[in-house]
Amino acid sequence: MAKINAGIATSHVPAIGAAIDNGLTENEYWKPLFDGYEFAKTWMKAQKPDVILLVYNDHATAFDLNLVPTFAIATGAEFKPADEGWGPRPVPNVMGYPKLAAHIAQSVIQDDFDLTVVNTLDVDHGLTVPLSLMFGQPEQWPCRVIPIAVNVVLYPTPSGQRCYNLGKALRKAVESFDEDLNVQIWGTGGMSHQLQGPRAGLINKEFDNAFLDKIVSEPAALAKTPHLEYINLAGSEGIELIMWLIMRGALNDQVDVKKRFYHVPASNTAVGHLVLENK
Amino acid sequence: MAIDKPYKKVPGTTIFDADMASLGFHLNQFCMSLMKAPNREKFKQNEQAYLDQWPMSDEQKAAVLARDYNKMISLGGNIYFLAKIFSSDGISFQAAASTMTGMTQAEYAQMMLSGGRAPDSSNTLKKDN
Ligand SMILES: [Fe+2]
Repeated sequence: MAKINAGIATSHVPAIGAAIDNGLTENEYWKPLFDGYEFAKTWMKAQKPDVILLVYNDHATAFDLNLVPTFAIATGAEFKPADEGWGPRPVPNVMGYPKLAAHIAQSVIQDDFDLTVVNTLDVDHGLTVPLSLMFGQPEQWPCRVIPIAVNVVLYPTPSGQRCYNLGKALRKAVESFDEDLNVQIWGTGGMSHQLQGPRAGLINKEFDNAFLDKIVSEPAALAKTPHLEYINLAGSEGIELIMWLIMRGALNDQVDVKKRFYHVPASNTAVGHLVLENK
Repeated sequence: MAIDKPYKKVPGTTIFDADMASLGFHLNQFCMSLMKAPNREKFKQNEQAYLDQWPMSDEQKAAVLARDYNKMISLGGNIYFLAKIFSSDGISFQAAASTMTGMTQAEYAQMMLSGGRAPDSSNTLKKDN
């Protein structure tokens, strides 16, 4: 049986990808951030997941305004890193898992979550930066990845509660798949940040740290946080944090925190990171 | 009955909802065209001529030419789409963000290094709002 054993949360700031690609990870600005991911890199080598369900958002890359799916699952065999305006990141193609992705789509759609099914998907920094943070710069990514894209660009985004419940449906889907697979789920994006308008640069350490506490200990209550609270207190782009709730919903109610890390700033953004194992 | 939009009251913030997306549809789709290198070249060669291929308002075109990001946002632009313009210009997200705040790039960078813009009563809504 396939099983979700662990979850990762991490911000996915594009400048982090640029720092890795340009060999800047040891400089004064970036070193404190990358040090915070050393634990996860070592831990990951021991965990050896077979598949990652990678929850992220597309940033006006694969989806333009012609089509904005609220939730989408990518069932293709291979995904290319996208050209986001300055050429694609020099990272390997992402290998999907069509059989498991199709199984998940079938399961969760019948469970009342109407995912959009995508075959061709160029993946942007939202997906590739977390892979780089966890795996460094390998020739090939060490496992398969099923991208799950969430709309957080066009308001309204799905509610935190909907995201949390989708996590639970994803878990059920994975556990009904016949192959023996070690599956992880990652929730990416956040933490507090605002990239636009006179209020750009907003960072809310209190909000972020409370979020890091609650997503571990009281996720069901956290899922009830309304959109306005994210926008008002964590910045217009802080709404990305709802994606962490999908990850959390797919784990046990009780989890062990193997790593917690918080750092300001990466470019305009507060960076948060958790490594969670099912108890 | 109209849908309540309390997010409209958050200071210094424009939420990209379906109304804004409708207003900014062509502006944002123009931005998407800049993801292709040959289009970036054409745009750089003659910005006005390139913009004239899109059914955008004159106000939207003028805001693009002036790189007035707050104006573009007020006319339906979304920051992830507008990012294609400043990426084509070779400008970082942080530099572009600073232009919307009335701060210099150096002042903005220093603010971020010092922990970012702290939330306070002038830039957030109160609880009972
Ligand atoms: Fe993002």
